[in-house]
Formats: sequence, structure tokens, C-alpha cells
Amino acid sequence: MDSRQELLANIKRRQMWDFAFALMGLLSLLFALVTLLALIVDLGMTGIPRINAEFFVNFPSRFAEKAGILSAWVGSFLIMVTTAVCAIPLGVAAGVYLEEYSKKNWVSQIIELNIINLAGIPSITYGLMALGLFVYKLKLGQSILTAGLTLGLLVLPIIIVTTREAIRAIPNTIREASYAMGASKWQTIRYHILPYSSGGILTGVIISLSRAIGETAPLITIGALTFIAFLPTPPIDGQFPYVNFTWLMDPFTVMPIQMFNWLSRPQPEFHVNAAATGVVLLVMTLIMNGGAIYLRSRFRKKMKW
Amino acid sequence: MRRLRERAIETVLFLAAASSVLVTIGIVGILVTESMPFFAHVPLKDFLTDTQWTPLFENARYGILPLLSGTLLSTVIALSVAIPLGTVAAAFLSEYVRPSAREILKPVLELLAAVPTVVYGYFALLFVTPLLQKIIPNLGGFNVLSAGIVIGVMIVPYVSSLSEDAMRSVPNHLREASFAVGASRMQTAFRVVIPAAFSGITSAYILGISRALGETMVVAIAAGMQPNLTINPTEPAATITAFIVQVSLGDLPHGSIGYQSIYVAGLSLLVLTLCFNIVGLWLRKKFQEKE
Repeated sequence: MDSRQELLANIKRRQMWDFAFALMGLLSLLFALVTLLALIVDLGMTGIPRINAEFFVNFPSRFAEKAGILSAWVGSFLIMVTTAVCAIPLGVAAGVYLEEYSKKNWVSQIIELNIINLAGIPSITYGLMALGLFVYKLKLGQSILTAGLTLGLLVLPIIIVTTREAIRAIPNTIREASYAMGASKWQTIRYHILPYSSGGILTGVIISLSRAIGETAPLITIGALTFIAFLPTPPIDGQFPYVNFTWLMDPFTVMPIQMFNWLSRPQPEFHVNAAATGVVLLVMTLIMNGGAIYLRSRFRKKMKW
Repeated sequence: MRRLRERAIETVLFLAAASSVLVTIGIVGILVTESMPFFAHVPLKDFLTDTQWTPLFENARYGILPLLSGTLLSTVIALSVAIPLGTVAAAFLSEYVRPSAREILKPVLELLAAVPTVVYGYFALLFVTPLLQKIIPNLGGFNVLSAGIVIGVMIVPYVSSLSEDAMRSVPNHLREASFAVGASRMQTAFRVVIPAAFSGITSAYILGISRALGETMVVAIAAGMQPNLTINPTEPAATITAFIVQVSLGDLPHGSIGYQSIYVAGLSLLVLTLCFNIVGLWLRKKFQEKE
């Protein structure tokens, strides 16, 4: 009888611990999510009332209420374009090589190990590298091109890893079917592997661009200016050949740097501007990440091999 | 002809993959070559033992210790938030929550890592610090504590997502065996799943440490930028990364001692991160052998 009671008490105790642990788990999750919510609400309450059309078309100014983020969002946009143009082809090509071609030898092992390691390197060291290499050695200046290249290299591992994951999900039967029809390796990749993995690759591209748009430290390091009251040269002009690339060499600022600049001033009016910029940044990142999550789940469901 | 084309394509793709190695070589190479002149000017002994870091003052002192203490302090605070929260959240998600709820909770948690760091800086300076000042009345406007806590929350998803992946890849028959001998869910989680997934959990911790060491904007905004040899988290301090930002904001002539000093700081940061990575690799090897 005693041992039965002991057993019951024991079970009860363990159920209690089980429950306590589940509660702890729930609380940890809640703590993290409530912090995220507090951040969004706090930023939104300060920043949203400040956002109006003029905020987007005004240049920064020393009068807080007149200041806007025109040069910052134009800069962010142009740098994202540059980043995408240099990172996507490189990253996808590298992902395809590692997944479809590479043999198990020391060269591919070094490349794989290196990509894992790159994820752990602090982003500010990319900025230092860019300052030394692009700005001073290659004489590209503290320009949009330098910034785009820097962020492109920074997000390269994200694109490589997501491309590989997307390609790995494609079953071998697809490849075999293609070879059986007499297709070459490249034809198989070009007409089957790449189209089928495009959803996963797109997810990686979106995530990497959302990372790039919020990145601040490496751009400060390469010498981005914090006060820019002019726009880069327009990429389209009236004369033949109608496009020019001189904007690549123009100095720039971006939204995170503008926000940092306003935040480091003592006056609270500028902090309101910082909050408003933060809202714009946050909305863009959340939309991009939401899109990526949606895409990922949609493609996972749709693909039934 | 066709074979030639195939070869050419393979070579191009290989070059793309190899370019990632060039990035690493570029980073290490530039950091080393640009900081070499610094050590011709400052003896290594002073660099490692001097207790002041004032490279831009007239009476310049070049001791890395204050920056190192600031960096380690903010990292320790961040980890003491992120590791317990992240691990418990991961165990909860992998062992307790239904898969359908996990599919929603995990991406939402990952949004924490997506928020731009400068926004976290705003949050630390204008929300967390005033909140902490209600609890600790004499807390200054700039302090390492609030920066560290915010970095901790920010890296929770890095810790929890990878840990959760590792825990979920533990084969189910181990869990079933544990339940069969009468273990509770929590006992199974702590004595079977977590030990079996430990090598993966270690990688998650290492990634979290790297993020915390290298985090820049939160500390640059909320921790103040004064190099301060202290272990008191309520004081302002500068981290290695905050120093680099501070100097980069000024006009930086190429080749000046200020220019060299940010490379020296960056090199120290890289060496520090590398040390933790090696420790992590060693830990992982050790625990994998036990299996």
C-alpha cells in the first residue's frame, strides 16, 4: 500500500515538474514575443504620427520638423539594386556548383567550411575589408558601388545556403528523367533544377535583401556620409544611350545611417524623426520577411514529388 | 562542342563557389596588412597590457583591455539572456508544442533576428534604459546592461532555431525508449534529447556568441562610447565594434594612426571570434565521440 502511494506521489511530482517546464517554455517564448511587440508598439507610437508625404520628399535638415529621408531611401534603394545585381548571380552559381557538381574532395570541403565560417564573421569586418580594398586599393571611393559590393559579399553566404537547400529538395528522379531524355548536365540544371528550385532561391534572395537594407555598421565603416542633401545622378537621361552609371560613383546615405544620426543627437525632436525612419525600416523588413515565410510555406506545400 | 560548353559552364560555376574563399582571404589579408604598421609603432606588450585606449588623443595610449572588457561584458550579459531563453524555448518547441503550432511560432520568433540592429539600438536607448532606471535609480543614460539585454533578446532566435533543428533531428525511437521506461516529458527532454542533440546545440551557442561579440549598432547607440576598463554593467563602456564606428564617423585619413587603430581593433575582434569558434569545434568533437 505504501509503495503504491509513493508511486502515485512520485507520478504527481513528475507531472508537476512537467507542467512547470511547459510553463517555463511558454514564458520564454512569450518574453521574446512580448519584447518584439513592445519594440513595435513603442516605435510606432512615437514614429507613425511623424510620417507624412513630406517626410519622404524632404532632405535632412537641421530643423527637425522639416527634415526628411529622401536621400536616405533613394540611397537604400540604389544600394539594394547594386547588392542584388552582384550577389544573386554569384550566390546562385556557387550554390548550384556545390550541390550539383562538386565532388567530395578537399577543395569542396574547404569551400563548405569557409561558407559556414563566413556566417560567424562580424559584419563590421566586411566594412573594414571594403574600406581597405574597395575604397583605397581599388579606388572605388566611398560610393554606392562600394556599398553595394560590400553588402553583396555580406549576404552571399545566405544566398548560397538557401540555394543549396532549395536544390537539395529536388528528388533525383527528376535528374534521371532528364538524363534519360538525353539532356546534358547543364541542360538538366537550366531547364529542370533551376525552375523547380526558384521558389526556394527567391526566399533566400528576399531574406538577404531584407538583411542588407537594415545593415548599418559596414556602411558607416566604409565612410558613408551622415548628412546628404542631394540626390545621386539620375540613372536615366535624355541623351543617347539614355542610361548612365555615374550614380554608382556618387556618395550616399541610407535609412539606417540617417536613423543612427538622428538618434545620436540630444534633442528629442530628432528622436521622433529617428522613430519615424525606424517605422519605415521595420515595415519594409517585416513585409520582406513575411513574404519570404509565405513563399517558403507555399512552395513546401505545393511541391509533392 | 557540347562537351566544351559543359566544361566552360562548370568552370564558371566553380569560380563562383571559390569566390567565397576569396572573401575570407580578402578580409583576413586586409585586416592583417593594414594593422601591421600599427605594431611597428606600438609594442605588442603595451597593446596587450596597457589599461587605457585613447588612440586619438594627443597623449595616445594603446591598450586593448578596456575595449576587450566592454566587448566581453556586453557579450556575457547577452548570453545570460539568450542561452537560457533560447534553449528552453527550443526544448519547448521541439518536445511540447504541436507541429502545426510550431510552424507558426518558429517563423514569428525568427522575426526577432530580422529587425534591423539600429532599431534595436533605438529600443535599448529609449525604452529599455528608462525602464531599467525605474528599477536601478542611479543608472546612467548610457550603460552596458541595457545594450547587453537587448542584444540577448535579439540573438534568441539564432540560439533557439538551430537548437530546435538539432533536437528535432534526434530520432524518435530514443524518445519512445525513454517514455517506455517511465520517464516524463521533461526527463526525456533533459536526459535524452538535449544530450543527443548537444553537438548541434553547441553550434547554435557558438553562432550566438559570434553575433553578440560582433554586434555593433546596439552598443554604439546605447552603451556610450567611452573605453572603460570595468566589469560593472551599469557603467558606460565601449566595445571593439563601437570604437570602429566612432572612428569611422570622423574624417579618417588613409594611413593615419586612427585608420590603423580600427584595423587593429577589427583584427582583435576576428581573433576573438575565431577563438570561440575553435573552442566550439573542439566541444562538438568531444561530445560527438561520446555518442
